[in-house]
Amino acid sequence: MYEMNGARAIIGLLERQGIDTIAGIPGGANLPLYDALCDSRSIRHVLCRHEQGAGFLAQGIARSTGKAAVCFATSGPGATNILTAIADAYLDSIPLVCITGQVPTSLIGTDAFQEVDIYGLSIPITKHNYLVRSAEDLLRIVPEAFSLALSGRPGPVLIDVPKDVQTAIIRFARWPEPGCRREVPAADGEAIAQAARLIDAAERPILCLGGGVIHGGASDLARELAEKCSLPTTMTLMGLGAMPADHPLALSMLGMHAARSTNMALQECDLFIAAGARFDDRATGKLVEFCPGAGIVHMDIDPSEVSKLKTATVGLVGDVRHTLAALLPLVRRGSRGTWRQTTAMLRRMYPMTLPEATVPERPYGLILKVAELLDEEAVVVTDVGKHQMWTAQVYPFSRPRQLLTSGGLGTMGFGLPTAIGAALAMPGRPVVLFTGDGSLQMNLQELATAVEQRANVKILVMNNRSLGLVRQQQRLFYNERHIACDFQLDVDFCTIARGYGIPSFNAPAGCDLDSLLRQVFAIPGPCLVNVHVGREEEVYPMVPPGAANSEMLGGFYAERCPC
Amino acid sequence: MLNDALAELAAEERGATLELTVNNHPGVMSHICGLFSRRAYNLEGIVCLPQGDGATSRMWLRVNENAKLQQVMRQVEKLPDVLALVHHPAEHEIFSLVGRFTA
Ligand SMILES: Cc1ncc(C[n+]2csc(CCOP(=O)(O)OP(=O)(O)O)c2C)c(N)n1
Ligand SMILES: [Mg+2]
Repeated sequence: MYEMNGARAIIGLLERQGIDTIAGIPGGANLPLYDALCDSRSIRHVLCRHEQGAGFLAQGIARSTGKAAVCFATSGPGATNILTAIADAYLDSIPLVCITGQVPTSLIGTDAFQEVDIYGLSIPITKHNYLVRSAEDLLRIVPEAFSLALSGRPGPVLIDVPKDVQTAIIRFARWPEPGCRREVPAADGEAIAQAARLIDAAERPILCLGGGVIHGGASDLARELAEKCSLPTTMTLMGLGAMPADHPLALSMLGMHAARSTNMALQECDLFIAAGARFDDRATGKLVEFCPGAGIVHMDIDPSEVSKLKTATVGLVGDVRHTLAALLPLVRRGSRGTWRQTTAMLRRMYPMTLPEATVPERPYGLILKVAELLDEEAVVVTDVGKHQMWTAQVYPFSRPRQLLTSGGLGTMGFGLPTAIGAALAMPGRPVVLFTGDGSLQMNLQELATAVEQRANVKILVMNNRSLGLVRQQQRLFYNERHIACDFQLDVDFCTIARGYGIPSFNAPAGCDLDSLLRQVFAIPGPCLVNVHVGREEEVYPMVPPGAANSEMLGGFYAERCPC
Repeated sequence: MLNDALAELAAEERGATLELTVNNHPGVMSHICGLFSRRAYNLEGIVCLPQGDGATSRMWLRVNENAKLQQVMRQVEKLPDVLALVHHPAEHEIFSLVGRFTA
C-alpha cells in the first residue's frame, strides 16, 4: 500500500512517465508540488524567468524529441502567463502537459487571491483539460493526460490542481500504467486503393508534406513514395526537413513566402497529395484558386481536418505512417519525365537566391554561412518575422525536427526559450537561434535561464532595428505609411548579454562572418551575436494576404513571369 | 430554378438534432458550448440531463442542417468527454415537449 499526498503522487506519476525535466515557476498555489519535487531524484527542475518561457522551454523539449514535455505554473498570473505557449502548442500539435496550481477547492468561485478560471480559459486552446476535484482522481488523470497529449493528433493538455488536492493524503495499492500513445490504424483500404489509382493516373502530381509527417515519424515513407512515383515534393513550414532540401524531388516551401517556382508549379498540378498538412491560409493563399483543377488526396490522422477547407477527392483518415506503408505497394513506379522537367525549368528560371543575395552581408548569406558551418546534427530554432521566413526559405534542412518554429500561432518570443529546451533535450548538439530584435525582446529574460542551465544556444540576432515583417506590410499594402514598426532605441544587445554573463559579439556590415561564426560555435554554452541587417531588406516573394498564391510580389526574375 | 433554391433554403433551415452521451462533470457543458461558439456554429437549443447513476449525461442539441454541420460533428466527436454522438436529421421531439414552456 502506498500512502502520500496528491503532490507526491503527481511527481511519482511524472517520474513513471519518464519525465526528466520540468520547466516552471513556483507560487503559493503550487508550493506543495514544488515541495514534493525536492525529493525527486530523476527530475530536474528548470527555473525560468517568466511562465511563457517555461511553456516554450517545454515545447523545445517536445518539438526536438517528439516526446511529451511538462511545465508548471502557479494559479492566477502564473497560469495566464503560460497560456500563449499552450495556444502555440495547440496550433502546431505539440504534446505538452501543463500542470497549474489552483486556489483550494473551498475558495474556488470566490474571487480568492490569485484565482483565475484557467480551466475555462484553456478550453479552446487545449486538446483536453482537467480541474482535479479529488486527489484519488490524479491516478487516472495524469496518465490519461499523457495519453491524450501523444495520441492521434498530438496537442497540449492542462491539469489544474487545487492546493488542497495537492495536500490531501491518498492510499493506493499500485501505480497506474504510464499513459502512452495509442496506435491509430491506416486509412480505409478501399480509399487507399482509390488514392493509388489517382496517383497512377496523374500527369502533374505534387506531394505536400506537413507537420503531421514529422509528428507521425513518416518522413522516410513519404520520401519512398515520392521516389517511387517521381513526385515533386513541397513542404509546409511545419513540414520542412521531412524531405532533405537537396533531394532532387524537393521543391521547398509553398505559400505566402514560397519560392516563386513552387507556387507556379502548384498552379499547374493536376493532383495535390497532402500528407499531414491542414491547408492553412498562409500555405494555400486564396483557397478557391489554390491548385485550380487539381484532384486532392488528403491524408490526416484528424478526421476533422479532411475536407475542412478544401474538399478532398479522396480523404485518407488514419495514421499517416501506416497509410503511406499501405499505399506504397499499390502505386506504380513512374518517371514523369515531362513534369519533372517542367518543375526543374521553373526552378532554374525563378531561383530562390542569386549570388548577389548570398553575400555574407545580406540575410540569405548569413543563414547559408551558418548552414555551411554546421552539420545535420544541428537544431535550428527561429523566432517570428522576416528572419523566420528567410531561414525557412534557404536553410538546407536535411532531417525531421531540425527546424523548430512557431507556425500556426506565429508567436514572437518563441525562439529563445524553445532553443534552451532543445539544447537541454539534445545535449551535445549545437542549437542555433535565428531571432529578430523585436522577437528576442519578448522573452529576453530567459537569457538568465540559458546561463544557469549552460544551454548550448547560439543566438543570432538579425537586427534591423524594426518589426521588420510589419514594416514590410505597411510598405507594400499601406502606402508606406510606417507607424509603430521602427524602434527609436537601438538596443545594445551585446551589453545586455554581458549583463547576463553571456559572451557576445557584434557583426557589423563587412565583418569577417566566417571566422566570427567559427569562433562563436567553438564556445561552449550560450553566446550571442548581434548581426546588422538592413532595414530595407524584405522577404520576397510575397503573396498579399487574402490573395491567390499566383499573385506573388517580387522575387528574382519576377518580371519574367507571365502571371 | 427558384424551386430548387427554395428547397435548398428549406433544407438549410430544417432543424436537426445531435444526441450526445457525455461524461457528467461540471466542465462538460463549457466544452460543448465553447466548441460551437468558437467554430461560429449556431446552437439553437440544448437540453441536458444526467442519466443512470449520474456518471454520464444525455444531451440534445438543436442545430441547423447546413454545410458546416459535418465539420462541427467531427469536432464534437473529438472531445474526450463525448462518448457517443447520434445525428437525427429531424428535430427531436424533446424540443417540442420543452417548447410547451416557451409557448
Ligand atoms: C506576440 C506577437 N506580437 C505581434 C506579432 C506581429 N508580428 C509579426 S512579425 C512582427 C515583427 C517581428 O520583428 P522582429 O522579431 O524584429 O523580426 P523581423 O521581422 O524584423 O526580422 C510582428 C510585430 C506576432 N507575430 N507575435
Ligand atoms: Mg527586426
